[in-house]
Amino acid sequence: MARVAVDVVIKPEILDPQGKAILAALARTGHAGVSSVRQGKHFDLEVDDSVTDADLEEIAGGLLANPVIETWTITRLDGTADGAPHAGAPADAEPEAAL
Amino acid sequence: MSAVDPHHRPGAEELLDVTDPVGAVSLIDQADHHLAPGVAPASVQDTVHRAAATPHQAQPYRELGLKDDEYARIKEILGRRPTDAELAMYSVMWSEHCSYKSSKVHLRYFGETTTEAMQATMLAGIGENAGVVDIGDGWAVTFKVESHNHPSFVEPYQGAATGVGGIVRDILAMGARPVAVMDQLRFGPADAPDSQRVVPGVVAGVGGYGNSLGLPNIGGEVVFDASYAGNPLVNAACIGVLRSADLHTAHASGTGNKVVLYGSRTGLDGIGGVSVLASDTFSGSESASGSTARRKLPSVQVGDPFAEKVLIECTLEAFAAGLVVGIQDLGGAGLSCATSELASAGDGGMHVTLDAVPTRAEGMTAAEILSSESQERMCAVVIPDKVDDFLAVCARWEVEAAVIGEVTDTGRLVITHHGETVLDVPPRTVAHEGPVYERPLARPDSQDALIADTTASLARPQTGELRELILRMIASPNLCSRGWVTDQYDRYVRGNTVLAQPADAGIIRVPSSSAASGAAVVEGVDAKDDATTVRGIAMATDCNARYTMLDPYAGAQLALAEAYRNVVSTGGVPTAVTNCLNFGNPEDPAVMWQFSQAVRGLADGCALLGIPVTGGNVSLYNQTAGVNILPTPVVGVLGVFDDVTRRILPGIGHEDGETLLLLGETRDELDGSEWANVVHGHLGGVPPRVDLDAERKLGEILIAGSRDGMISAAHDLSEGGLVQAAVEMCLAGETGARLVLPADTGLDAFTQLFSESTGRVLVAVPRTEELRFTEMCSARQQPWVKIGIVDAGNPAGPHLEIQDVATFGLGELREAWEGTLPALFG
Repeated sequence: MARVAVDVVIKPEILDPQGKAILAALARTGHAGVSSVRQGKHFDLEVDDSVTDADLEEIAGGLLANPVIETWTITRLDGTADGAPHAGAPADAEPEAAL
Repeated sequence: MSAVDPHHRPGAEELLDVTDPVGAVSLIDQADHHLAPGVAPASVQDTVHRAAATPHQAQPYRELGLKDDEYARIKEILGRRPTDAELAMYSVMWSEHCSYKSSKVHLRYFGETTTEAMQATMLAGIGENAGVVDIGDGWAVTFKVESHNHPSFVEPYQGAATGVGGIVRDILAMGARPVAVMDQLRFGPADAPDSQRVVPGVVAGVGGYGNSLGLPNIGGEVVFDASYAGNPLVNAACIGVLRSADLHTAHASGTGNKVVLYGSRTGLDGIGGVSVLASDTFSGSESASGSTARRKLPSVQVGDPFAEKVLIECTLEAFAAGLVVGIQDLGGAGLSCATSELASAGDGGMHVTLDAVPTRAEGMTAAEILSSESQERMCAVVIPDKVDDFLAVCARWEVEAAVIGEVTDTGRLVITHHGETVLDVPPRTVAHEGPVYERPLARPDSQDALIADTTASLARPQTGELRELILRMIASPNLCSRGWVTDQYDRYVRGNTVLAQPADAGIIRVPSSSAASGAAVVEGVDAKDDATTVRGIAMATDCNARYTMLDPYAGAQLALAEAYRNVVSTGGVPTAVTNCLNFGNPEDPAVMWQFSQAVRGLADGCALLGIPVTGGNVSLYNQTAGVNILPTPVVGVLGVFDDVTRRILPGIGHEDGETLLLLGETRDELDGSEWANVVHGHLGGVPPRVDLDAERKLGEILIAGSRDGMISAAHDLSEGGLVQAAVEMCLAGETGARLVLPADTGLDAFTQLFSESTGRVLVAVPRTEELRFTEMCSARQQPWVKIGIVDAGNPAGPHLEIQDVATFGLGELREAWEGTLPALFG
């Protein structure tokens, strides 16, 4: 068994109305200095050893994320560090694209 | 976005590396979104000066959808090659979607067939953002349908949502308060795997945006057919109300007036095709580092209905305070479209500085800023003295606004970026004098075989088989309850909805607070007059694409006739027509033939009925793997009520024993019918006969019957025939009925129940009014036949009994009718 985290955020070019609303709320509640918020979804998966990186890629791209408007990162939490490069977010993902 | 290949689903896998720029180093730098705020991009960009100096630089005009001769014409107009920004603007404005280049020569026919009498109530017509008609007492209504087909296939939720947002801004740009929306949806087979992705996504998108915006969705259509499998049709309609005196049209007049862009920021979303300017010009190697890689930009946009809501209130307040000279919404083609159309319709000159445009991404190129389709933006022309007031209104609504330019008398649209001129064009050549094609058209040879293949050869059921057939038909995807769809929409928000689905037409009261004048525009400030307002409007939209396939001329008229009949069935007086013409590939002569026939049919039909076409929308290139969709000219008819309390309900049950009358003539007309579709998967033959004189006469009788209170329920007969209408009237009123099919018609029970002859309405009439009503029908030569009674007193519970055919408990009918879509889509 291994724990895997999948983080999904809206692609940097695409409008994130919820992030915008959070940013506005931060300003209203006196938290100065925050200039951008991008929000997303976090998934914790428990998978057995038969689940390959390619399987995880398929799970993330096919169900957890909407590849048309979202990017994602897959991280194996126990033992092996992440690594699975994937289609959703290029290596140069925008700083705000990572949670 | 007609030109988008429907198979092109921009996925995450489409990462384009930007490499080895030749003469385009600066573009890479500007494309780098990692630039820290405040760091200016490199200064070299594709300016007018540079374009003149590098006449032979290759440009990706083909990838942007321009033909060789179109590109040559741009060079001729400008006397040099276009800059990147100019190429982006021309290519998108000369696209089929924006320029109507294939359809223009045919659409002129609408104008040619509009008589002076028809124009009498028309305040604004074809060519404006939306048509406007006078409905009396100083009120006017504006309404329009627009397609958002291709984006909704790529990303169903956001495609449909931004379709609603776009049509609402079109209505807003006329100075009207949007008061209702409707959606006309067509999908592939209901049980096809991809429908599981597309249908729930589109429906949730329509509901998610419209509900958040606080606009009731009062009707529409949902149709399933295999021809839409890879190309669903998502058409969105909006109705707006204004005082006639407050009508605003989109133009930029008055030298020195300021151009203000307000609403959401401009981002890199929805740029789609223009990405090639930053990618395809760079060829192949892997030498560029990953950090400067330019991804292919997504062609989809995410909408923000709450931003649109404040945009509506902000715009209406600015209108009411007299702060705007002209206004234009930003939809397809973004700022390219807004600036060129405003300038072209005004005094002919405008200067815009792109550095003033509030952007969401760093380092956007001029072409990207001009092409961005970021949602929830508007462009206003404001006289200099009023700019501060206008900006104050925006600030009050927390809407970001920026003065981005001014009206000039140069006759040129000039755009600067980083202090350099990147665009300098005559605006009319962009917006109004684009290419016009006389595309070849030809009736396809296959049409004769299609017409000859009638339903005469199909096996028809025996009377003993009708019970099972009726249950099967009312549960079929195109005839079953649309409740699963419409229950996801808010139908009653704002409190002015009189009728919505499943009624034949949606009806809303015209509320006083919708006035875009004085303090009344501010919501809640002046709602006191609402209770006394009984004026209202009805709208219905229809199209049977199967009929249109068999005969495009008659099919368009049948769509008109059905929408007209739906409006009069509620008691509304038909006043104006709009359309959304969804067709296949215009480069196919057979498609252009269908298109030209449909336009002629619709225009001739409107002339016969005496109601004008006030506007419309064309969507071409709807095809999957080279197979065109069924020709789908969606027709919307707007009706007017002096008193909405006189509206006719669709459900029976007003009182027990009321008489059911079938108005109109039933013939053996099953070609193209839903029965042929469901039972035999058959499409061929000749569609039902069109008789618009009969439709008008039927309309006069229903309107008179509604005004005099002679009709307690009415429902038009269309797909599925008499039995479908009877079932729906029983279920809507939760009341049973007994039908007796007339024996002297020469038609068997099956034909009487399922024929789709037009010009027919089933009405319930109180017994006290029966004689007066039938005498009125006879006096006007309206065919009618007594076909049954309302039966509210069955001790065994409500039943629909069709004598000598079958008897159903309403529970059994409801289970069949309502179960289909939830079973398919949860």
